[in-house]
Amino acid sequence: MSIPLPVFVAVPLVMAFLLPIAGGFGKKGKALATVLANLATVSLLVLAASSIGRPQVYQVGRWSIPLGINMVLDGLSSLVLLAVSIVSAAAMLFSARYMEQYTAKPKYLSLFLLMVAGMNGLVLSGDVFNLFVFLEIASLASYALVGFGCEHEELEAAFKYMVLGSIGSLFVLFGVALVYGNTGSLNMAYISKAIQSSQLNAGLSFALALFIVGFGIKAALVPFHAWLPDAHPSAPAPISAMLSGVLIKTLGVYALVRIVFNVFGVSIQIGWLLVVLGLLSMVAGAFLAIGQWDFKRLLAYSSISQIGYVVLGIGLGGLIMAKYNNLAWASLAILGGLFHLVNHAVYKSLLFLTSGSLQMATGTRQLRSMGGLAERMPVTRATCTVASAAIVGIPPFSGFWSKLILVIAAVQAHFYWVAAIIVFVSLCTLIMYLKVQRYVFLGELPENLRQTQESRGSMLVAMVFLACLCALMGLLLVPSLRETILEPAVKVLTGGVSYSADIIRMSMKV
Amino acid sequence: MKGMTVIVKTISSWVKVLIFLFGIYIVIFGHLTPGGGFAGGVILASSYVLLMLAFGREFVEKNLSLGVASKLDCVGALLFAAIALFGMAYGAASFFYNFLQQQYQYGQPLKLASAGTIPLSNIAIGLKVGASLFMVILALSTFRPNGSVEQKE
Amino acid sequence: MPYALCFLLFMIGLYCAVVKKNMVKIVIGIMVMEYAVNLFLIMLGFRTHGEAPIVGKEHIAGPAGQVSSLFINTSVDPLPQALVLTAIVISLGSLALMISICIRTYEKYGTFDITQIRRLRG
Repeated sequence: MSIPLPVFVAVPLVMAFLLPIAGGFGKKGKALATVLANLATVSLLVLAASSIGRPQVYQVGRWSIPLGINMVLDGLSSLVLLAVSIVSAAAMLFSARYMEQYTAKPKYLSLFLLMVAGMNGLVLSGDVFNLFVFLEIASLASYALVGFGCEHEELEAAFKYMVLGSIGSLFVLFGVALVYGNTGSLNMAYISKAIQSSQLNAGLSFALALFIVGFGIKAALVPFHAWLPDAHPSAPAPISAMLSGVLIKTLGVYALVRIVFNVFGVSIQIGWLLVVLGLLSMVAGAFLAIGQWDFKRLLAYSSISQIGYVVLGIGLGGLIMAKYNNLAWASLAILGGLFHLVNHAVYKSLLFLTSGSLQMATGTRQLRSMGGLAERMPVTRATCTVASAAIVGIPPFSGFWSKLILVIAAVQAHFYWVAAIIVFVSLCTLIMYLKVQRYVFLGELPENLRQTQESRGSMLVAMVFLACLCALMGLLLVPSLRETILEPAVKVLTGGVSYSADIIRMSMKV
Repeated sequence: MKGMTVIVKTISSWVKVLIFLFGIYIVIFGHLTPGGGFAGGVILASSYVLLMLAFGREFVEKNLSLGVASKLDCVGALLFAAIALFGMAYGAASFFYNFLQQQYQYGQPLKLASAGTIPLSNIAIGLKVGASLFMVILALSTFRPNGSVEQKE
Repeated sequence: MPYALCFLLFMIGLYCAVVKKNMVKIVIGIMVMEYAVNLFLIMLGFRTHGEAPIVGKEHIAGPAGQVSSLFINTSVDPLPQALVLTAIVISLGSLALMISICIRTYEKYGTFDITQIRRLRG
């Protein structure tokens, strides 16, 4: 029995609107609201895990395409949906305890579930205007969540994020309008068919440029990254985990990749553009992160760098497909990029959750005022070490495998200098995380931190869950797991514009 | 926020009913004439904004407080979701299905009772948008121009 | 030609959002950009000597109430109008959120000038 796809959007939306009613009953209502919200995210995780390997096209309202809107679950969508569900379940579990220090908790939970609903809808959408609407739902919810604490820094960061994010969304809407004007349809499969049968005229090329800029602002690629170093530190820790772990990946990288590979078709110039953007992000993010003394700001710059890896891998795959037409080399590069996407979602969100637990225990984010917390907070220290080892790329953790695949793919396609830059940036990542470990956990315990205690309850469960996933995700390369989870996603991207024929065929069958 | 003079108060208490009725008309006839849920909801909210300008914020807040408006807002959204989910009773592949029109075909085109579930969705959206815009304007009206803010609990 | 003017309006809004120093002026610049995109979207559906896409009694022909081809041949494209309705709703929500952030920032910092709201640096 296949799961009807609107469930992924309807469950968080309905729960988001039930929570203010439930939370209006006083203290018991707030506890009930937290339980309901956690139930929603855990059930989404179960549904996402059970929908792997079953691609389907769902026509909403029984209107067949191109008259109606369809929702598509193919390999790439199910991979990203799984990553979103894992991170949102862990972050919601963490925030059950962490958000006690803020007021208006039912509103926070509603906004969180709205953001999850927006991301799910974007990943499953088969129609380009529907993608824009869910992009806006998730973005608006995240602007409100970044400024949730209403302190000085949070409001400034929220305003900056909001202005840049709105400009990005407007670029995307302008691109959608141009695409509709030139092809006459809003359905991604039909747009793709129309573009393949005619060449890219000036309007469509301009629309492609607008899409790259708009989604690049959402993904925080390097010329457009100015909002990320302010927004991620100021947000509450589970929201930073969601923003850095899944939001920039679904709103930015997934949407960009879907539009460029499946709708427009990747050419040599676009492939080079993605490779250059990825390289710039990697190098700039790593250099800027080494000099930071605020823990969360360092993690935010490190996110920019790691998203550069993902875009580099996928861009390299596209470039190889367009230039050499060698599908084996291209699918290796795309496999590295997509695997790195999923890995980064898990370990970066774990790092932000540990920074949240450190902030709740010590009250500060500055590296210089922490130290020697290894004995006082053992579980936080262990999970932070696991996540740092994974992000640096130490075997057998998951980060090592994805970086190795990227280096092998670059060397195999004779891009030696790209491989050299990947290794160099990994060394920079090693430096920054050694700095974190030394200043936070080793060294002397300052006077005012003698009484810190380990975090309790749901925060520990969430961190340990993500740490176990970090350790075990390397097993995703085992052939049987790889073929069910990772390979279908790679096939969707290397198939490129045959997406349209597949979707039309699958929708006729229903 | 203080109210205005006696003339404004008298006239606006007569006019607000007309505006509210006009908003309901735009919502219900949304499938026949331009308008629909969103535009009608904005007009419904603006009748309350007229009250707020004429009588002062505290008067309106006693009448329809933020908590009640928030609950109305959620009820509107849940009603919309319920209408969409009822379509699932006709098969798993029919979320948002206009079941009243396609299965039962009651009413004829261009009459009020036609087009299936579209008027019901319009009513739910009108309720939600009206309540939300009212909450937004009520919450933004606590700002005082000299930089301090009215204390609200 | 009208499309180029729409794009010019979009660029004016972008200039205002990027160059100005007052927070409220930045918000107004973003709103001008939104209007430009909505205008562009509606103009896409235009047809010369077209009529509004409202089905009236004269357009119903046939026994089962089918819409006649007179309607399809004379009306403008209704799909961009539905898209613009959605985009207007989204921009309303976004405007409400931006204004409330401006108000809260004024409470905390006492100014609307973004050159003085620079606690986050580095």
